[in-house]
Amino acid sequence: MAEQKERKSVFTTTVDGNTVNQVYTSADLAESGQDTSLPGEYPFTRNIFPAGYRTRLWTMRQYSGFATVEETNKRYKYLYEQGQTGFSVAFHLPTQEGYDSDHPLAAGEVGRCGVAIDSLQDMEELWDGIPLAEVSTSMTINATAPIVTAMYVAAAEKQGADISQLNGTVQNDLLKEYVARNTYVFGPEPSMRLTTDLCSYCAQDMPKWNSISISGYHMREAGATAIQEAAFTLANGIAYVQAMIDRGMEVDSFAPRFSFFFAAYNNLLEEVAKFRAARRAWAKIMKERFGAQNPRSLMLRYHVQTDGFTLTEQQPLNNIVRVTIQALASILGGCQSLHACSYDEALALPSEEAVQLSLRTQQIIAEESGVTDTVDPLGGSYYIEWLTNQIEEGIQEYIAKIDEMGGASEAIKKGYIQREIRRAAYNYQKQVDSGEQVVVGVNKFAAEEKPGLELLEIDESVEKKQVERLRRLRSERDNEKVSRILDEVRQVARGDENIMPVLTEAVKAYATVGEITDALRDVFGEYRESTIV
Amino acid sequence: MPSKRIRVLIAKPGLDGHDRGANVVAQGLRDAGMEVIYLGLRITPEQIAEASVQEDVDVIGLSCLSGAHMALFPKTVELIKEKTDKDILFIGGGIIPRKDMPKLREAGIAQTFGPGTPIPEIVSFIKNKFGEEE
Repeated sequence: MAEQKERKSVFTTTVDGNTVNQVYTSADLAESGQDTSLPGEYPFTRNIFPAGYRTRLWTMRQYSGFATVEETNKRYKYLYEQGQTGFSVAFHLPTQEGYDSDHPLAAGEVGRCGVAIDSLQDMEELWDGIPLAEVSTSMTINATAPIVTAMYVAAAEKQGADISQLNGTVQNDLLKEYVARNTYVFGPEPSMRLTTDLCSYCAQDMPKWNSISISGYHMREAGATAIQEAAFTLANGIAYVQAMIDRGMEVDSFAPRFSFFFAAYNNLLEEVAKFRAARRAWAKIMKERFGAQNPRSLMLRYHVQTDGFTLTEQQPLNNIVRVTIQALASILGGCQSLHACSYDEALALPSEEAVQLSLRTQQIIAEESGVTDTVDPLGGSYYIEWLTNQIEEGIQEYIAKIDEMGGASEAIKKGYIQREIRRAAYNYQKQVDSGEQVVVGVNKFAAEEKPGLELLEIDESVEKKQVERLRRLRSERDNEKVSRILDEVRQVARGDENIMPVLTEAVKAYATVGEITDALRDVFGEYRESTIV
Repeated sequence: MPSKRIRVLIAKPGLDGHDRGANVVAQGLRDAGMEVIYLGLRITPEQIAEASVQEDVDVIGLSCLSGAHMALFPKTVELIKEKTDKDILFIGGGIIPRKDMPKLREAGIAQTFGPGTPIPEIVSFIKNKFGEEE
């Protein structure tokens, strides 16, 4: 019988990814090596725990926040009632970039893509009726992470919580902000100091808190391939571990609380292999490069968010299927925590109905699909094992290149990582434009669009309300005390003492995010990116 | 006869740092033969207005994914029109609900390109406006 012509001349994973063969056999593994470790065993390829989801499911954590604290508090309570098992706070951009809601640069941004938090007062009300001693909270905050974490801790303390028992994660990863997403305020050096100040503080006072979430997600969103995402994230991880060691910290005193954050795209098997490869590569790095002894220092623990970029405005219900595939990849890959995106997110923040469906997607996979019954169910598949090896090799190649440049901070300063990602993003767009990369409903199977979805709208009154609230706070608090403490913040920033204790004092005096950031700007200056094209 | 190359300014007003779209569009327009000036991130409408006059551009592309487009795009157009009589073509892109598009058009944004727009569509839109063949 004549051989049938294949649909494509070459099959690949993502753009710049691996070429995929027609079939894989044990011969492919004989060549690239076979990992026979069990789940819970070094190098943790299959899972960090022996029993995987049989003992405990992942944390279902929907990233949310919008408008004022009242609206977001209501959404949190709703999600909790619907079975969500952890919180994840989206802050509006002014909070993330260190501006108060009444700053001219905040105009139009207040409450738009996250909740407006200006002061401890807002933080207290955000958690009204939610016992912080009992929940687990993740906060996507970076440049202002030390300030906002101090606010969270102060709010928990006011509720009567024991700080040492607080559970959660602060993103606190500035390196990736210079590459993607760009919510930096200060330059790389002061940023690294603030990041490691917060990590040291958590290591000492908050042993259950993940002091950093080293993030590949945003780099993937900016266009990185799966291999680039994993490689650049681990390279940043190496830079943070080294910076902590350079401060005189012992690796096992902080590394168990380093956590990670990745994306999941539509290529299900590539994503599964990426998670397995990243776990193995990180375990080896921690053991071989840094000599970590504590098994927990070797474990790559991570949160996944399904990928926002892959969602389409066209035929938005198709996104439900994409999110399901991506969530499934995350779970087959062994994540500790998951956010499933919503089908309306190419257009707006998710509506209540859309976010409920995202949570249900997670719950259906957990309760009905059976994929949680055994650990690493795809382990041993010739293709998965081969692809895991390929991706790990790709990760190592990039890390070797970055090492040669002097590490991730240097590679970012030189614009290397940014250029690699931009090239991949542009290649992807060209492939979509040529039709080589199919996006269903967009460049293939397009159809007449039905009338729009009911989208969540942020009312214009939100900004006015928040600004009034801020002005009221400024008129009611002890302003002399605030200005005295802000002077102390400047003083500590000039020296090399840990910044956290003085920030705690500042937030408790109701100094605002903008005021405290301005005090730090006085000392550290502001960073402006150089345009890399 | 070869005409003068179309000069385009791409900027991201406001605090949004999601620049994949702005970068890809800048590269795409450049590859299509236009001269592209990328102003970068966290630019105020005032700074965009200043730059647009200094650089004497023909087209201004504004990108915003944070939801602040209704506050930032019309203001930028207004400031530029105060500064120059030149007939500049304004285009926009980002996470922009369809219902906002007519309002943006009224404010002077000739076309808003949403998620999933192919680069060639943006290129032909601009070239048509300037009477250029593709």
